[in-house]
Amino acid sequence: MIFAAILAGGIGSRMGGTDTPKQFLTLGNKPVIVHTIEKFVINDKIDKIIVLTPKNFINHTNHLIDKYISDSDDIIVIEGGQTRNDTILNSINYINENYGIDEDSIIITHDSVRPFVTHRIIEDNILAAKKYGACDTVIPATDTIVESINGATIESIPVRDYYYQGQTPQSFNIKKLFNLINSLTEEESNILTDACKIFILKDEDVHLVDGDVTNIKITYPYDLKLANTILEDIHD
Amino acid sequence: MINIVYRLKSPKFFEEAIDEVDLDGVVVRPTHLSICQADQRYYQGSRPSEVLDEKLPMALIHEAIGEVVFDSKGNFKSGDKVVMIPNTPLCDDIYAPNYSYNSKFRGSGFDGFTSDLINLPRDRVVKIPDNFNLNVSAFIELISVAYQGITKFKQIAITPKDKLGVWGDGNLGFITALLLKELFPESKIIVFGKHQENLNLFSFADEIYRIHDADGVTIDHAFECVGSSASQTAIDQIIDLINPQGTINLFGVSEYPVPINTRLVLEKGLTIQGNSRSDREDFIGVVETLKQNPLLFEYLEKLITNVCEINSLNDLKESFDRDYISKFGKTILKWNI
Repeated sequence: MIFAAILAGGIGSRMGGTDTPKQFLTLGNKPVIVHTIEKFVINDKIDKIIVLTPKNFINHTNHLIDKYISDSDDIIVIEGGQTRNDTILNSINYINENYGIDEDSIIITHDSVRPFVTHRIIEDNILAAKKYGACDTVIPATDTIVESINGATIESIPVRDYYYQGQTPQSFNIKKLFNLINSLTEEESNILTDACKIFILKDEDVHLVDGDVTNIKITYPYDLKLANTILEDIHD
Repeated sequence: MINIVYRLKSPKFFEEAIDEVDLDGVVVRPTHLSICQADQRYYQGSRPSEVLDEKLPMALIHEAIGEVVFDSKGNFKSGDKVVMIPNTPLCDDIYAPNYSYNSKFRGSGFDGFTSDLINLPRDRVVKIPDNFNLNVSAFIELISVAYQGITKFKQIAITPKDKLGVWGDGNLGFITALLLKELFPESKIIVFGKHQENLNLFSFADEIYRIHDADGVTIDHAFECVGSSASQTAIDQIIDLINPQGTINLFGVSEYPVPINTRLVLEKGLTIQGNSRSDREDFIGVVETLKQNPLLFEYLEKLITNVCEINSLNDLKESFDRDYISKFGKTILKWNI
């Protein structure tokens, strides 16, 4: 089976000025998260879409899905976790309890605040996760990356050609991911902020999928304003 | 739903743009596209500046096939291969949709096919079999234009169709001559062109003439596939060589008005018919013709001079540049963006 996990667990501490998590703010004429879910609904290779939200937003999310998405039979809303990896783990546990985990099943994990993800990127993720077991969506770094440990002076300036900016989706063979997560020591778990990092830590290959400059993450108020401005343009 | 569209912002400059599409029709992911001269004229900036100002930014390309992603009514299955019809009627009309003022055309009046997804009304997609050559299928739209003209020709031609003359040794001339050979197997197909190396590819034709060596040849009906400034010379020669009461079927686009020898048109009682674009029944006709005679793919494949993998806007730009310097043939874009 192919599962999508829409990660909407974050409470948007960087958004500022509002109590509503950024995935529930309006972009154009619909909440950001609805735009994101729509991209997965139209892909009929995906069997189930699991939306992971803060506990007190589960009902709200269900209402939004009922209101905006006509074909919502395969969408399930469950509670996310404290961290990104906890949220992914919740989705895997849900899959394990309800469908079981076989050798071939994959999961496409995607930020709910990246509504501009393209059909092509999702398709490429499905292909890469099936073929290689793990993939990450990236675009080449355009700005020079500067490393500073102390936050005051530069430690090093790595060669930009070797650096990419990570986007989402990140997609995995579920069994492989499940086994790797369960093999982590507590110390390892604490330093992991990214699911792909689990694979790297355990010496497993993660393949690159080409992202797109338009696949932006709505993190700051500016991002939402920019995204809305672009959408308003087409409504004029 | 949010959609990403890749538009020509100004000549030689593409940009990503965000659009919204409804999910009320058939959503198609483009897979194989083909560049037309009309796209090239926008890309090179050779259309009048007021036209460019009015129409850009706009996604180019009106020749394309793709795979169905989603159909709200379930008539199409996900993964079905389809050819997309660029001509889009806005309302019912007594005129054919490809000639109506109440139609829009992709890559001309509104966005063409260079986008992540395309939402089309259900009657703007025609299913193609899985075994079709996909690179050739990318330009079924162009083939349908010739098909449409030939269908109209059948309706108006009243004199014998023994000798059918095709002027022009480019893509449309090749396709028109090939379709005539298929649809009128009893007729002699005679091709008139300027470039010997192109004419050599018309091996299926019954006779081939360079335009300066065609004295004494006569034809019953003519198909002009020349266009631009050479239209005048071609039409002059057609009027000279055509038998009385023949039809002249015009396909070539010219940016300039073309003088026509009306005295001889009157004397011979000729009928001149204009042709542009095509509609659903022409696409269906082409798909059926190709199904019945798959050998046509072999001939049509000869037209393909470039196949470009498009993974970025820079690849798209390079494909247009490569197409521009190719004197003959079609450039196919494998759409991976």
